[in-house]
Amino acid sequence: MTGSKVSLFSIFAVFAKIGAFTIGGGYAMIPLIEAEMRRKNWISEENMPDIIVLAQSAPGILAVNMAIFSGYRLRGIRGALAATLGAVLPSFAIILAIAALFSGIRDNPVVERIFRGIRPVAVGLILVPAVNLARKGCKKWWAWLVLAASLAAVAFLKVSPIYIILVTIIAAATVSIAKEAREKR
Amino acid sequence: MIWLQLFCTFFLIGLFTFGGGAAMLSLIQTQVVTKFGWLTEAQFTDIVAISQCTPGPIGVNCATYTGYEVAGLAGSALATFALVLPSFLIFYGIIRLYNKYHETALFGDVMNGLRPAVAGLIGAAALILMFRISFEGGLLQIETIKENFRDWSSWALMAAGFAASFFFKINPILLIIAGGLIGLIIY
Repeated sequence: MTGSKVSLFSIFAVFAKIGAFTIGGGYAMIPLIEAEMRRKNWISEENMPDIIVLAQSAPGILAVNMAIFSGYRLRGIRGALAATLGAVLPSFAIILAIAALFSGIRDNPVVERIFRGIRPVAVGLILVPAVNLARKGCKKWWAWLVLAASLAAVAFLKVSPIYIILVTIIAAATVSIAKEAREKR
Repeated sequence: MIWLQLFCTFFLIGLFTFGGGAAMLSLIQTQVVTKFGWLTEAQFTDIVAISQCTPGPIGVNCATYTGYEVAGLAGSALATFALVLPSFLIFYGIIRLYNKYHETALFGDVMNGLRPAVAGLIGAAALILMFRISFEGGLLQIETIKENFRDWSSWALMAAGFAASFFFKINPILLIIAGGLIGLIIY
């Protein structure tokens, strides 16, 4: 991939295009990034799943992680910067315009009626990834316990989700290491 | 002071998000709505709705919008920068850790543990948008958030939105637009 240098601008442009046209967040971006990188011959088939798994297991915004890892592979740290700028700028500009416009019209009774209908639908849509992830990730009884504990701690006890993530990582790693130590004996 | 709080808040959000934008919502919510009170529940729900029908990552949308509400254009730039920064600071370490550990049982076990925890976090985000939950004098107090759920028709809309997306895979943008039209007609 170091033979012919990909220009920083074209890296920026590809990610800006994807950032401007994918609705629905990071997961919706994956197939587009994949297709675009292949079309440009920037990446081989066997490298792509690696970037996806890597981006999903790293903390942070999925789309930004994809941009960083792909850009870095193409042009090092400057490539990562160009790709990230591209992925972030379109939605930054669009939301800024909406925020500026919306703060002027929020108290308008017609807008308020529209949003009264929209808010419950938006809450219903948040439940979809929760149920999907629960079905995919809860194959064992203890997983349901983890789910219930995390939900209750945040919703009822106002525990910061940061602690939930930290405690889960530490607990899972401890159990895993203990299991391995027991198997070795 | 507000700049430092804004920066730290979104830096932490960027650092501790696992599993996509929806997982980030409960984190953003506890910081932005519950802890600092920068946005009301209704405003936060509006951003979530707007994010579902505008392009780009939901996290970036929330950071930009919250930053703007708190401190204008500079605030939105700072919040978005702070959100993205942790990924940049740690990505090289992540690549090395990943190459070293991704085939080990430890990596798989941690990921298997995180999945249900993140599902719980997303569920909590939805729950906090429905109810104000508190303990007063040791008593559990649950109160519906009237700005989001005014009467039974709101709950019906939520159930319909969930079912249409979950069972029939209808595009979220269409569902948000339909919700808006129904709201305009019935309220």
